[in-house]
Amino acid sequence: MSETPGADFVQLLTPDGRRIDNCDYRFDGDDAEVREYLRQMVLARRLDAEATALQRKGELGLWPPSLGQEAAQIGSAAATRAPDEIVPSYREHGVLLSADVDPLDVLKTFRGTSMVDWDSRATRVHLYSFVIGTQTLHAVGMAMGMQRDGLVGNPDPADDGAAIVYFGDGATSQGDVSEAFVFAASYKAPVVFFCQNNQWAISEPIEVQSRIPLYRRSAGFGVPGVRVDGNDVLAVKAVTDAALARARRGDGPTFVEAFTYRMGAHTTSDDPTKYRGRDEEEKWRRRDPIARVRAYLTAQGALDQSFEDALAAEADALAERIRTEVLELPEPAFEDLFANAYADTPAAVEAQREAYLAYEASFEETDA
Amino acid sequence: MTTLTMAKALNAGLRRALEADPKVLLAGEDIGKLGGVFRITEGLQADFGRDRVVDSPLAEAGIIGTAVGLALRGYRPVVEIQFDGFVWPGFDQITSQLSRLRFRSMGRLTLPVVVRIPYGGGIGAIEHHSESPESYFAHTPGLKVVTCSNPLDAYWMIQQAISSDDPVIFLEPKRRYHEKGEVDTGAEPLPLHQARIVKSGSDATLLAYGPMVRTCVEAALVAAEEGRDLEVIDLRSLSPLDDAAIVESVRRTGRAIVVHEASRSGGLGAEVAARIQETCFYDLEAPVLRVTGYDIPYPPAHVEGKFLPDLDRVLDAVDRSLAA
Repeated sequence: MSETPGADFVQLLTPDGRRIDNCDYRFDGDDAEVREYLRQMVLARRLDAEATALQRKGELGLWPPSLGQEAAQIGSAAATRAPDEIVPSYREHGVLLSADVDPLDVLKTFRGTSMVDWDSRATRVHLYSFVIGTQTLHAVGMAMGMQRDGLVGNPDPADDGAAIVYFGDGATSQGDVSEAFVFAASYKAPVVFFCQNNQWAISEPIEVQSRIPLYRRSAGFGVPGVRVDGNDVLAVKAVTDAALARARRGDGPTFVEAFTYRMGAHTTSDDPTKYRGRDEEEKWRRRDPIARVRAYLTAQGALDQSFEDALAAEADALAERIRTEVLELPEPAFEDLFANAYADTPAAVEAQREAYLAYEASFEETDA
Repeated sequence: MTTLTMAKALNAGLRRALEADPKVLLAGEDIGKLGGVFRITEGLQADFGRDRVVDSPLAEAGIIGTAVGLALRGYRPVVEIQFDGFVWPGFDQITSQLSRLRFRSMGRLTLPVVVRIPYGGGIGAIEHHSESPESYFAHTPGLKVVTCSNPLDAYWMIQQAISSDDPVIFLEPKRRYHEKGEVDTGAEPLPLHQARIVKSGSDATLLAYGPMVRTCVEAALVAAEEGRDLEVIDLRSLSPLDDAAIVESVRRTGRAIVVHEASRSGGLGAEVAARIQETCFYDLEAPVLRVTGYDIPYPPAHVEGKFLPDLDRVLDAVDRSLAA
């Protein structure tokens, strides 16, 4: 079993849904805001469940489940706003949902009918990255651009922005992530490194990547680190708020370790029974991020049946739309891909496209 | 004689290498308890222990760089890169260090490191999981680059690669992992850097390696029904190339077609074609042709079949060669 968090673990909501205080971090939102997080977490879980089921039926090539990581994703995404830039890894389905990226655009990539198809500039959500850790450097570069664009330390904080980059515990071993810390610290770049430590990099437990709590990794690079209960949406929101505020006002980067758990497999190609025990999964099931918010809102008297009914209907509608529309996703035209490799397509590549079309046409003649 | 999949044959070859030499050790992401994402190392950690079958942190530069250090201490590391598209963080260690420490040390040091890379497409995967990176390595002096196309070669070539005192990039065609074949574990294997005539013929020579060997054999069988007698050569070794085998065949047939999944420009096909025109120019009846992936990044899975050479594209090239 991975280590149990100590006193340095920021928690504002206990697993049974009780609010507790923390001297450094406060959640300032009201119950309506918490209900909205519940809504997004439930929708994110449903999206994940539907996608997993579609993959099992062979309708997606692959799916990396986000089950169990909803609080880390929804809480952190809730702390962002324009002009912040969001730089995901490949498992941030909840973040994307929160940032209004159409789930169908995520699914088409995993179905294999498209490369990454959402508009990253309009949504401010960068492309999914499938190479581990690489995106941390891109986020620092984007943050450097924001510094130069006058988006940091303005008289009115509403004008400020920052980048937040998502990655996992496994990624922290990659050289790119260490280099990202170096560059961010050196330039005081307005960036938040948001690591979802879900305890497992495929089959490798966190101890293979780090012998100290991950959040302490960044301090040696000059980037302060903080560990938050990643299954506590209120704490995640409060900690990410503080980290983003610090970045936006020009005080530099922060490393947030969201201590959570990958309830599902690494991807649908993975079989966790080969390397971890059911008792561990059961222990984390009792810390479910959604049950915790429900318990809190219920105790507050802030969750009535009409809200639950409406949410269930919304989740059903999302599921229905996914089931229907994934199957209707258009097949890509191979010849169109040639235009996307270069801004200025070389003649030889254009000639390959024409040769491809002529070759395909030769079958039609034969068939006729 | 026993029937094995390529995956099981590689596992058996690795097992035999671990048994034969206590200096052999394996490292890579998830290769221990999980046995690797393709299960090539399944059961090996249980039998040889954590010091010899090592789960690495998730860092390819670290995996290759520490293999260099282990080799400098007399070990023979065999490292697994999880997928072709993830080798690039380790590219600097491979091309700047692994490939040239012998040269830099005035020939004093040897680096007996094997870098195993599952490569190629055809499995319906997401981005970065279907790449064919062989040219980058074949272009790098100091490296040897080999690839198996069948279980028998997989079993022997991995052991020969581990025995090599030069660093070897060992490319495993992942879409062929589960295809079965006869493996004679007592036979005398072909030398590692020798090509094999898989099917002999007289009308044209198909030159292929790794995943495309089977495709070319299937094309040759179809062509035979049309009265065309094609020779299929499995290059097996991409660096060094078996020039003698290539020249001997092309001089006989007068026609050559090189087939690979990798993009065309600067690919292995260009190197093979150049050598053929340098050595067989006056024997050629037709230009040397290439059937390859296109010069675009690997496409989404649903259209990878358009990108990858298949039986029809090979036969189309055969038609063009024979019409010339």
